[in-house]
Amino acid sequence: MTGETVIDVRGLTKSFGDKTVVDHFDLNVPRGSIYGFLGPNGSGKTTTIRMVCGLLKPDEGEGTCLGYDVLHESTEIKAHVGYMTQRFSLYEDLSIRENLEFFARLYGLDRMRQRVDEAIASLGLEGRAGQLAGSLSGGWKQRLALAACMIHEPQLLLLDEPTAGVDPKARRDFWDTIRHYASQGVTTLVSTHYMDEVVQCDRIAYIAYGKKLLDAPTAEIPDQLGLHAFKLDNGDLDKLSEKLKHAPGVDILARFGASIHVCGKDREKLAAAVDKVRGEPGVRVAEIEAGLEEAFIYLMAESDDNFGVGDAA
Amino acid sequence: MISFSRIAAVFIKELVQMRRDRPTFAIMIMVPVMQLALFGFAINTDPRHLPAAVELRDEGPLTRSFLASLRQSTYVEITDIVHTDAQGEELLRSGKVNFLIVIPENFESDFVRGERPEILVAADASDPVAASGVVGAIGEIARRAFEPELERLPVRLRGGAPPYNVVIHRQYNPEGVTAFNIVPGLLGVILTMTMTMITSIALTRERERGTYEALLSSPVRPLEIMVGKTTPYIIVGAIQTAIILLAARFVFHIPFMGDALAFLLVISVFILTNLMLGYLISTVAKTQMQAMQMTFFVFLPSILLSGFMFPFRAMPVWARAIGEVIPNTHFLRMVREIMLKGAGLADIAGDLGPLVLILLVLAGIALLRFRGTLD
Repeated sequence: MTGETVIDVRGLTKSFGDKTVVDHFDLNVPRGSIYGFLGPNGSGKTTTIRMVCGLLKPDEGEGTCLGYDVLHESTEIKAHVGYMTQRFSLYEDLSIRENLEFFARLYGLDRMRQRVDEAIASLGLEGRAGQLAGSLSGGWKQRLALAACMIHEPQLLLLDEPTAGVDPKARRDFWDTIRHYASQGVTTLVSTHYMDEVVQCDRIAYIAYGKKLLDAPTAEIPDQLGLHAFKLDNGDLDKLSEKLKHAPGVDILARFGASIHVCGKDREKLAAAVDKVRGEPGVRVAEIEAGLEEAFIYLMAESDDNFGVGDAA
Repeated sequence: MISFSRIAAVFIKELVQMRRDRPTFAIMIMVPVMQLALFGFAINTDPRHLPAAVELRDEGPLTRSFLASLRQSTYVEITDIVHTDAQGEELLRSGKVNFLIVIPENFESDFVRGERPEILVAADASDPVAASGVVGAIGEIARRAFEPELERLPVRLRGGAPPYNVVIHRQYNPEGVTAFNIVPGLLGVILTMTMTMITSIALTRERERGTYEALLSSPVRPLEIMVGKTTPYIIVGAIQTAIILLAARFVFHIPFMGDALAFLLVISVFILTNLMLGYLISTVAKTQMQAMQMTFFVFLPSILLSGFMFPFRAMPVWARAIGEVIPNTHFLRMVREIMLKGAGLADIAGDLGPLVLILLVLAGIALLRFRGTLD
């Protein structure tokens, strides 16, 4: 492996028919980091992940993953990457143990039985190893899928919307596990729609229409966006929303319980819009610092679903 | 109350879905076209122009007249003229000809002396349907050939019994039992259907269930998937073969004359070929449903054009050309040769070679089609 960079690709491009799903994409992922892909459906997140791990051949571009050429050494890459697909992709008609054994054999692992036993133990499923995978609940399926793609102790973990349809408790447990792997030097690339997953990431790339529009450490995202925000509470919030929603300068408006946050890139216009409603009965206005939450909402509101061929869930 | 709008809703939806599923639509249109072509043009239940060898041990005006009559009858096509028993029997045994017609020594002189020489017709009755036409017609063919010649005979030989004797000898299946032909044929048909069907969903099932991506994201190579996915079914094919062979022996009393080792080799290659054909289908089909339809589509010619149901030799040239690329055609010939005629490896090489070639081509195309990526 070269230095501290796990993924280093430049100009990755992929088209399906006449639709360019990923368009000259550069990516540089340092070892041990948790790197998040944020973007609407169809923006090219899944296609990019598939190109990085050798499941799709890029039309253009070059680079390395774990030091192997993404164009020519996909078998070597696959041997050292754990890829968890969006949809549950283990065999529902095999038991938990049989699924783990299948993947252990595919990767040609030594001490197969021992590793499978360890994986079952770490899942806490010792008594249920003979149960069919298809009969597990969503949260358990997801934990089993993670265990299966970690069975060969990969150095890089690719997670494609790993916690879609999983309850919040299971999602927190899942992220504790990912954090634990990261502390052991495992690099993670994760695509997500969720704010609570974004905060877990060290660095975020924002993708729309196959292009990377933003790439920064998670904490710096609000600054990079240059967002300004005002918080309004008290008063008739429905009426305030109605008046502010389409006001010039207001890029996004979000309700947080008993308050409204309005954000925009142009501070003057935004302040002017807010000034117009200061006179409403009972309303309280305060300028606040735009945080990650505002940035997330801003980004997700920015573009609608980019109906892409390769990303269709 | 029945609502026409609801019926219309379902009707329109079905119509749209049918139009979207192009392969299914194509197959539904192609099946009747294919059936019409096969039954209308290719299949001939009154076999003509079957290849025959004539073993000439005597020659003269009578013999020439008989050969001309044979040719005229269109039942047989004289492909070989030989002069010894060994040559004639070899042609019949190898299946190059369906009939061997022997004109004995001194035929001409014995004929005019009233010694009633024998014309021997040896028919390969391992396919009774193919043999029956000629066997039924040969007496009439001989009568027509020799009728003008009767004038030249002494008066005492005219009228009464004809001055020659046609002896028919059904070989390899003397009683003309159709089961002798059908049961070995069934082995081919059953293996074609089940083996092809089972591997035709090999990849499509993974695709439909969503396990495809996880499988491909591992370092497993396309060749490894192909071998791993097809070989388990060799066992299934072997069990089927054993059942059919036991039934053939103990229920239908069909003899097993040939080389068991040659049989084992043939059956293994044939099972593998069908597994590979199914696997190739699974690299093309998008869904399990489509895979089933494609299997059915290749299954039809395997029954109709392979010589299983209708004599292969009686088909027109174009239909035989298609038949030659069908694995079952070669398998049927070899199995009949081995089981009924006692053939060994050397006798069946002419069909084993093409079958191995078909196997390699199918496997090659499957590997070219499935490269182990999601593209």
